[in-house]
Amino acid sequence: MRFSASLVAIVATILMASLHAQDRAVAVGAKNFTEGYVLAEIMAQLLESRGIEVERRYGFGGTLVAFEALRAGDVDVYAEYTGTISQAILQSNEDLSIGELTAALDPLGLELLPQFGFNNTYALAVTPTTAETFNLQSVSDLRNHPQLRFGLSHEFRDRLDGWPGLKGVYELPQTSSGIEHGLAYQALLENEIDVTDAYSTDGDLERYGLVVLTDDLRYFPGYLAMPLARAELDSDVKEIIGELAGRLDDDSMRALNAEVLVQQRSFADVASRFLLAQGLTGDSLAEPATIWPTLANNTLVHLKLTGIALLAACIAGLGIALAVYRSRALSATVLYIAGLLQTIPSIALLALMIPLAGVGQTPAIIALFLYSLLPIARNAITALVTIDPLLRRVSAAIGLTHRQQLRYVFVPLALPHVIAGIRIAAVVSIGTATLAAFIGAGGLGEPIVTGLALNNTNLILQGAVPAALLALATELFFEALERWLVPSHLTSGRIAT
Amino acid sequence: MNGIVDFQRVTKRYAQTTVLEDLTLTIAPQAVTGIVGESGSGKSTLLQLVNGLIRPDDGKVLVFGEPLPSQELAGFRRRVGYAVQGTGLFPHLRVADNIALVAKLAKWTDSDIESRITELMRFMNLEPALRTRYPHELSGGQQQRVGICRAMFLRPEILLLDEPFSGVDPLMKRDIHERLIALLAAEPATVVLVTHDIAEAKRLTQELVILNGGRIVQSGSIADIERQPANDRVALLLETGNAL
Repeated sequence: MRFSASLVAIVATILMASLHAQDRAVAVGAKNFTEGYVLAEIMAQLLESRGIEVERRYGFGGTLVAFEALRAGDVDVYAEYTGTISQAILQSNEDLSIGELTAALDPLGLELLPQFGFNNTYALAVTPTTAETFNLQSVSDLRNHPQLRFGLSHEFRDRLDGWPGLKGVYELPQTSSGIEHGLAYQALLENEIDVTDAYSTDGDLERYGLVVLTDDLRYFPGYLAMPLARAELDSDVKEIIGELAGRLDDDSMRALNAEVLVQQRSFADVASRFLLAQGLTGDSLAEPATIWPTLANNTLVHLKLTGIALLAACIAGLGIALAVYRSRALSATVLYIAGLLQTIPSIALLALMIPLAGVGQTPAIIALFLYSLLPIARNAITALVTIDPLLRRVSAAIGLTHRQQLRYVFVPLALPHVIAGIRIAAVVSIGTATLAAFIGAGGLGEPIVTGLALNNTNLILQGAVPAALLALATELFFEALERWLVPSHLTSGRIAT
Repeated sequence: MNGIVDFQRVTKRYAQTTVLEDLTLTIAPQAVTGIVGESGSGKSTLLQLVNGLIRPDDGKVLVFGEPLPSQELAGFRRRVGYAVQGTGLFPHLRVADNIALVAKLAKWTDSDIESRITELMRFMNLEPALRTRYPHELSGGQQQRVGICRAMFLRPEILLLDEPFSGVDPLMKRDIHERLIALLAAEPATVVLVTHDIAEAKRLTQELVILNGGRIVQSGSIADIERQPANDRVALLLETGNAL
């Protein structure tokens, strides 16, 4: 009992330390798409060049996750868009003005910093040949060419502020067909469709050399980009970030995105070139990052997440098993509840953690802990309950106290199954922990999430390969542990799942 | 009331089934008492009432002249050896550790434990090389000898044997019997032996208790019972070993 109490204290201390370690650094966040990363890295490097310590929290799996992180104070600033704030965050159907947004965000303790200068809204794109043939410069020019074939993304065709409204306002005679956004550019180039929708700063527009038609009637809602920050953030920090105001128009943002997507440059590289070109930082480029320090750091974070969760789950799971194994009804109840927890999809469990514990490592550790609890508790309870009744009777009859029966007979006999449970929990945790990157916990999931956003296989592998190796090493470690602790003739009847 | 173990009007039920009914019995000290009867006659239950593995629903069980303690049973049980059919050896412990586990916990010195292991293994005709084997590496007969060594380790005042020699071939069984008789001659104890093997009972015991359906059919010395069997079935049992 004293032993487990001190372990709990150690775990709690580590948790607390991880919560408060970055108190003074400015936490810069990024949602997991190219532009989000580029803007975050630009802000981060600019701050660092002025001697301010920065904590990078990239890869949030959605607007609400990033926004919750901001409100909870896990993130101090990240790049957001006026249209997104109006609709996704403030749940407004209207296109709110900057003034209205500022007023609505103020009570939440949040503040808009000066705009970057571009508008990442919907746009219609055509090939240069089509533009030339039909003399297309603006959306209005489409009205006179009913033969043009529109292939539009499904979301754009469905949204009221997408195709239905656009067709009405511009009085367009064409009909449209639906197409996967990822396939639309190819279809344009192969001349299967003539017009498609796009985001105005999409790096792919540059990659394929497409022409964006101007929204001359100003139909599309504004998605003006700006840093969204906590109001209490140091005014010096806000001022430095404010130096980026107006320095990025649609074309230059699109070019930066394309540098990442087309030229496969790292965010850090793209950001430092931009800052240098703008004269915002000194004359030295940031050193091109090698993958090893990042890899080592990600691996350490990954081990920390799974290690703490596993240790806590061992203490709790084994403690619960010892507390309930004598009662059939209690054992069944515990197994049932743990089983229910296990049926919650891991990504949903992580999302559920956000309102309870915010974002970052703490909620990830809690979620991994809950996930590890079932295999550990289930195997331990099953092993203790199924010990041969004869051995149970004999160990009492020869004069062992309850505690001695547990320590010298039941636990050693249950050990192979207990180790198998911990092994399963460890391997599953290492896999599940890669998803924790979606709530900003870092680890080996971070390159995977970034790589998915960028469709960059290299990055995905930088997370996936070490995660797989780690799982393999864990498996081997527990096999060795079992060989060391358990006589070989007792290992054969192992529980497989 | 002058026995080392006294059953006073003991009744034991499991759910609807009465296993022992209104049973009164005194076990004589320093003798071997055999409990015989068919399976289901309540033999094993009777034995487990002695060391408190089972508690009576009605009546009293006195051991060493006192009711069983309600707590701290472990200390009491160390005065009562127990060996059981199928041996109940711990599969994760080597032979020596199986034999000496309780002694270690009772804080015997290493040298005392060593000499006691050597002594008992010699008594039961077990080679010293077997000390480091695991139970599954032993023959059935060897396992049961180890079981006896474990039960006798702390020099118990009472030894409870629950069909400990079943499943061993007759020749081997005869050898084990002789070894046990020699051991008990050197270290006298009150022995209660549950068996369905009447030949074994005749060879090992002085007193016999014949159970049927949870009741005592007859009890006394083997000679008395043979001279005056309570009924034909008891007579047949003593002759053939399988009449009840």
